[in-house]
Amino acid sequence: MILVIAEQRDGKLNRATWETIAAAQQLAGGMPIKVAVLGAATAAVAQEVASAAVAEVLVAEHAALEPYTPDAYAFASRSLIESASPTYVLLPHTYQTRDFAPLLAARLRKPLITDVTAISGTGTDAAFVRPMFQGKLAAQVKPVGGPPAIVTMQIGAFRADAAQKGGSAAVRKVDIQIDPGAVRQKPEAPFREAKQAVDLGQAERIVAVGRGIKSQENIPLAEKLAKAMDAEVAASRPICDNGWLPMERQIGSSGQTVAPKLYVALGISGAIQHLVGMKGSRTIVAINKDAEAPIFEVADYGIVGDLFEIAPALITELEKS
Amino acid sequence: MKIAVCIKQVPTREWQPRLNDSKTWIREQDVSYEMNEPDAYALEEALRLREKHGGEVVVCSAGPARVQTVIREALARGADRAIHVEHDSLGAADAFVIAEALAAAMKDEKFDLVLTGLQSDDQGHGQTGVILAERLGMPSSTIIMDVQVDPSTGSGQVAALRVKRELEGGWFQWIAMPLPALLTIQSGINQLRYATLKGIMAAKKKEIRKASLPDGLQPAQQIVGLAVPTRSKQTQMIDGSPAAAAKELVQRLREEARAL
Ligand SMILES: Cc1cc2nc3c(=O)[nH]c(=O)nc-3n(C[C@H](O)[C@H](O)[C@H](O)COP(=O)(O)OP(=O)(O)OC[C@H]3O[C@@H](n4cnc5c(N)ncnc54)[C@H](O)[C@@H]3O)c2cc1C
Ligand SMILES: Nc1ncnc2c1ncn2[C@@H]1O[C@H](COP(=O)(O)O)[C@@H](O)[C@H]1O
Repeated sequence: MILVIAEQRDGKLNRATWETIAAAQQLAGGMPIKVAVLGAATAAVAQEVASAAVAEVLVAEHAALEPYTPDAYAFASRSLIESASPTYVLLPHTYQTRDFAPLLAARLRKPLITDVTAISGTGTDAAFVRPMFQGKLAAQVKPVGGPPAIVTMQIGAFRADAAQKGGSAAVRKVDIQIDPGAVRQKPEAPFREAKQAVDLGQAERIVAVGRGIKSQENIPLAEKLAKAMDAEVAASRPICDNGWLPMERQIGSSGQTVAPKLYVALGISGAIQHLVGMKGSRTIVAINKDAEAPIFEVADYGIVGDLFEIAPALITELEKS
Repeated sequence: MKIAVCIKQVPTREWQPRLNDSKTWIREQDVSYEMNEPDAYALEEALRLREKHGGEVVVCSAGPARVQTVIREALARGADRAIHVEHDSLGAADAFVIAEALAAAMKDEKFDLVLTGLQSDDQGHGQTGVILAERLGMPSSTIIMDVQVDPSTGSGQVAALRVKRELEGGWFQWIAMPLPALLTIQSGINQLRYATLKGIMAAKKKEIRKASLPDGLQPAQQIVGLAVPTRSKQTQMIDGSPAAAAKELVQRLREEARAL
């Protein structure tokens, strides 16, 4: 049996759950799939996932599960797993999963394979593909010492719309005990920091600059190119971390998600956390001195070369007409 | 406050991958190494906390003899001493083995706060810190962008620690928790300082305690194959001199992609 742990916040299902259900259906090879929903009020989310082609939806409701804490989630999912005895436990590789899945694995003393982009084979013979070395290499890994093996799916690696729907799976409540005193984290309400003065989501064209730009003094080069293309300037995370551009211009999982007509990546390596924020762009151009940089995997047009030569040449060319 | 920082030595960002003969690991002879990026931020955060609250900063690293280089670098940046769990097999070990190895070497030190990076740049499990926390019996919080310690509440008191956790899409959340605790630090939490000549000289005299790898640690996963990833898109590569490439790209963006 495969147990998918759904992710919800404030009674709203995280769409990445559907990607994980699609992955589970691919992995299953005849094994039944169950989806677990954890939270304080889960009825709507349980109904929503019950439309998937799965055997059953398990609901673990407890006041201590809202708001989310790693201690309460690790506790609840551990008791679910111990009673359901799955072969695999699948989750989307979200920040929440990053926070509690290793704790769950440590307590169960069972393998955890994270950030999986593909599955080869099905059932107990499956191997999982995950990036290593910043996406420069892809590793095929197998869990050792399961079952269960806990596996987390990279966001966007499986298609949510590929998840098969099957009418209505039975929803079953599962009793769980959580000692609120054993929950050591006390979360406050989530908040947003960056003033969203620029909405890059509306930009038609974006020139995004990465660490290849070397220093703050060179940022104007990117700005000049953006101007010549009638584009907004954006950046990878390290550029914003350094304060070379404001955080509101950061693209990626912890910044903005954009899908402009044109996205020019200037000296950006193409880490997955950056790609999730821009790979929906219609046309992607990558300029990078490293021909093996992962950014070329999503690019429509690529130039391998020194951005300090290419960008000025582009500006000259654009200003000609 | 007694603070531990876990630091991994990883291949540099410029390193071009080359595989070993069995294609299950990299050719280590070719690699040049550096400090894992978020770990450098974790170290900086520890040094700042020591400046504010006093105490000591202890660097903990598991790996072959080569990891001494990053240990010395951390000592040169200001850490007080180090623990090195040394074994050749630790260079390619998984998160479970590393966490167990570190826990065994760290548990008697009774640290108030343990900082790790949120993820390693080589294997990228994003697990080691949290597993280590569990083995040390500490609560954890991950992807941290600010750390506030209230020294008045002291050890074991609720709300001794208040941390800012990063959520997706530009959201954050403050979380209070007791000490001792383990935090996994996100890059960009602070501005890094680099070693001074004085620091480098001082580091030579600082203690590095060697710890041995406990027997019988079991890996939780096995790499059965390693390869350069396959491309999902057909990228049209544009060659030529910068001027020629620029000309062709602009033309194609205008006429083919209609993006300009
Ligand atoms: C939880 C989490 C969340 C994250 N969120 C985000 C996020 O929202 N957004 C984000 O961007 N990152 C995010 N990251 C960080 C991400 O993993 C990468 O570290 C980051 O995207 C790398 O930025 P970069 O490509 O600019 O730098 P690098 O990876 O250092 O790449 C620099 C590139 O520039 C090239 N280059 C160097 N010199 C030149 C030159 N002269 N000419 C041309 N090319 C050159 C190099 O070949 C290299 O490919 C996150 C990480 C984690 C773990
Ligand atoms: N061999 C190691 N020695 C010391 N710390 C490590 C080691 N491996 C991982 N870590 C720590 O655990 C964090 C997460 O690593 P990982 O789970 O591999 O992504 C790193 O940022 C380090 O702080």
